[in-house]
Amino acid sequence: MTYLAKPKLHHPKLPVNRLGYTRRDYEGAVSTLCAGCGHDSISAAIVQACFELDLPPHRIAKLSGIGCSSKTPTYFLGNSHGFNSVHGRMPSVLTGANLANRELIYLGVSGDGDSASIGLGQFAHSMRRGVNMTYIVENNGVYGLTKGQFSATADKGSKSKRGAVNNDSAIDLVTLAIQLGAGFVGRGFSGDKAQLVPLIKAAIEYPGAAFIDCISPCIAFNNHAGSTKSFDYVRAHNEAVNRLDFIPAGGEITMQAAPGSLSEVPMPDGSVLRLRRLSEDHDPTDRTAALNYLRQREAQGEIVTGLLYLDPEPDDLHAHLHTVPAPLNRLGDAELCPGSAALERINAALR
Amino acid sequence: MRPTDIRVPDYFHKVVDCQWACPAHTPVPEYIRLIAAGRYSDAYMVNWESNVFPGILGRTCDRPCEPACRRGRVEQEPVAICRLKRVAADYKDDIRGRLPKVPAAKNGKRVALVGAGPAALTVARDLLPLGYGVVAYDQESRAGGMIRTQIPAFRLPEAVIDEETGYVLGMGLEARFGQRVESMKALLAEGYDAVFVGTGAPRGRDLEIPGRREAAAHIHIGIDWLASVSFGHIDKIGKRVVVLGGGNTAMDCCRTARRLGGEDVKVTVRSGFEEMKASPWEKEDAMHEGIPILNYLVPKVFTHDNGKLTGVTFEKVAARYDDQGRRSLLPTGEPDVHLPCDDVLVAVGQENSFPWIERDIGIDFDRHGMPVVDAATFQATLPGVFFGGDAAFGPKNIIWAVAHGHQAAISIDQFCHGDDIRRRPPAAVRLTSQKMGIHQWSYDNDIILDRRYPVPLRDKIIALKSIKVEVELGFDRKLGYAEAERCLNCDVQTVFTDKQCIECDACVDICPMDCITFTENGEEQELRSRLKAPAENGSQDLYVSDALKTGRVMVKDEDLCLHCGLCAERCPTGAWDMQKSIIQLLRAGPSCRSS
Repeated sequence: MTYLAKPKLHHPKLPVNRLGYTRRDYEGAVSTLCAGCGHDSISAAIVQACFELDLPPHRIAKLSGIGCSSKTPTYFLGNSHGFNSVHGRMPSVLTGANLANRELIYLGVSGDGDSASIGLGQFAHSMRRGVNMTYIVENNGVYGLTKGQFSATADKGSKSKRGAVNNDSAIDLVTLAIQLGAGFVGRGFSGDKAQLVPLIKAAIEYPGAAFIDCISPCIAFNNHAGSTKSFDYVRAHNEAVNRLDFIPAGGEITMQAAPGSLSEVPMPDGSVLRLRRLSEDHDPTDRTAALNYLRQREAQGEIVTGLLYLDPEPDDLHAHLHTVPAPLNRLGDAELCPGSAALERINAALR
Repeated sequence: MRPTDIRVPDYFHKVVDCQWACPAHTPVPEYIRLIAAGRYSDAYMVNWESNVFPGILGRTCDRPCEPACRRGRVEQEPVAICRLKRVAADYKDDIRGRLPKVPAAKNGKRVALVGAGPAALTVARDLLPLGYGVVAYDQESRAGGMIRTQIPAFRLPEAVIDEETGYVLGMGLEARFGQRVESMKALLAEGYDAVFVGTGAPRGRDLEIPGRREAAAHIHIGIDWLASVSFGHIDKIGKRVVVLGGGNTAMDCCRTARRLGGEDVKVTVRSGFEEMKASPWEKEDAMHEGIPILNYLVPKVFTHDNGKLTGVTFEKVAARYDDQGRRSLLPTGEPDVHLPCDDVLVAVGQENSFPWIERDIGIDFDRHGMPVVDAATFQATLPGVFFGGDAAFGPKNIIWAVAHGHQAAISIDQFCHGDDIRRRPPAAVRLTSQKMGIHQWSYDNDIILDRRYPVPLRDKIIALKSIKVEVELGFDRKLGYAEAERCLNCDVQTVFTDKQCIECDACVDICPMDCITFTENGEEQELRSRLKAPAENGSQDLYVSDALKTGRVMVKDEDLCLHCGLCAERCPTGAWDMQKSIIQLLRAGPSCRSS
């Protein structure tokens, strides 16, 4: 960790977004994680994504559980709403918050322990309910805070820092999320921000449950030979299926690519997800095909990254529940209590 | 780009912008840290080693370091380096015991210095501890040269000059003061092993326009007039004074006139205000004392009434630039301006003057009357004769004179030992890690956001009453500490070891100034355009690593680095380290000799 606050001075030519903020305005307190932690890079990617999307910091709510990853919301978006929940319970707290105020932008930040072990049930139900949020798992395959035991996402056969071999099957959160009904599922790598930042931007803009599994090497306990979540291993086995470009509504399309490999997915708000396919066999809009493809590549030891599945017709929890467009927390007595005459009518209808 | 070779001494020296810009290469961050630690005597000695006159320069230096200071690029104002030097001088203890010891046994070589100004005294300071017999001639009765004659006492008290010239005199300098050298031939005949000429630029340029001769009684040459004031020969001037010229001498003239009875003092310059030669702070000081600076005025006539000066008539001009950007001042056609006055001070430049050097003894002069001097060795065309300070290449300033003096002393020492004086050993650089613990450094790496502190001034009414009252009060200890904390410690370098790097991006994420990028290598210009923040300041180097595991390279733009060390704190493998670079400067003596 660092004892110094990051100096307030910044590059004189630091760009300013449409709200007049620099990227630095989206930062939080200085990180207390181990030096070199992949989680810090993910924090930096979130900062960059929110800056580029011109998001007003006070309209974002960041929620987390317990663990190294769940500490990180302190280190980004210092001017946003934050909630550190009980271990593994971030999804239900987030669901509740989202029900009460659907107008905020929800960012759920969790880890492999928080989401794949103690919180696996919570994770599953938030996905199948389609809570409109960006759910990021900072996945390092290890329990860093308790000194490096295997987590539930550690690959079978991978070795701990002390040489012990993991004999349990790994939980693949990406496959789970696709199966459970998440509308947007991607995988990133903390060491590749060029891929990660557009992925986070698209996830934030996606009006439904968006899930990103982000491989994030644990420098202290899981960055050795034998690990499958180390910088070297991930770099050697990273199989990016596509490159994503998020084009906001009304934005100019500048990216050029060879025709045929490009596909554009319009979003309901007018923005466009533009995909440059790197693998012709992978169609991110076909759930079954995507699952099959993932199984095949992973069987060959590849770590598939990019936008893996996208439901082009998103919906969310509020649509399922037919809630009113206004946030529930803003409904007053008049809307919530229609009076005894209305009660009489309802009672009469039930008789 | 090829990987940066940090063993080249100049690489990190250039990162220490202030030290690189200082002609004498004073290790500025080093002494500023010592000031912050309250170690004023140590800070003074670090200065003294480099520039010989910390108390004098702390008040009068032309400060090439400050425009170079990195702080000026990352916020607005540079660190007040010059005035911190004065803090070291003001609060030091008695340092006489720390001066170099002069050996009792002499080496038998005798060197004559013509002039006892900053350049010559620097030569003496370097040669006396080596056992040389050094004889200094000066026409004045006391040492200091232009420091004493041209800088008014309200900027530089006499006691400071006495103290710091005294340190050199106390090392056994044989002073022949009050003796003007009238013949180089005669001096050479005395059998000195080497002669150093540090006679400055003693002749003020005159302005030959109509009325000059008729009104001569009230038209004074600036530097001569300042010298007369300094020696007490002049103690008053008319109420209305016009100063002609835009250099620092003009600023000293107008401010001195303000103190000798000048109530309506004006400065006029031919050029625009911005192009004036005077340092910005000296212009500010003059204006602060109620002296207007009128620009684009070319003096045409001194008006007079029966030999009594009545004023100066000026032609109004404007600057025009041709295709090549050369400036010419063209009349605007507006009516001439007449400024009535009682006295005029002419400060339009200084010239060298060597009437005492015979032209047939092997010392060549160019067509401008300047001696032909080697820019590196300071030797004239006659072996054994050396020039330095303003006498060598025309008027500059004290700190340049000191730098010349150090170099000339090396040449003289080599010459007296029969060495090739063109051979200079390369400067050495020593790098020392500042790491004390996991997140502890032996320097204060926290970045203070304080803006530059102005130096407290004496009340204007009191200051203008006497020529002897020093205007600047200097920083007190507390302000000195606060200002010292603004220094970014640019000599504590970010040193990158590519073998250790795992490309985790931690340094990129933490760097407050976006200095660091991991990217594909390329040609410098192209590379500069695609860094995390474009590197637009071409005068600052890019630090490029060898290829890393992914084939990319680390590129660091040195331009705006705060030297906060956060890259090293966040680095999990120690690929980044903060190391203090100490540039070992050359000094006359065995280290520069071949045997």
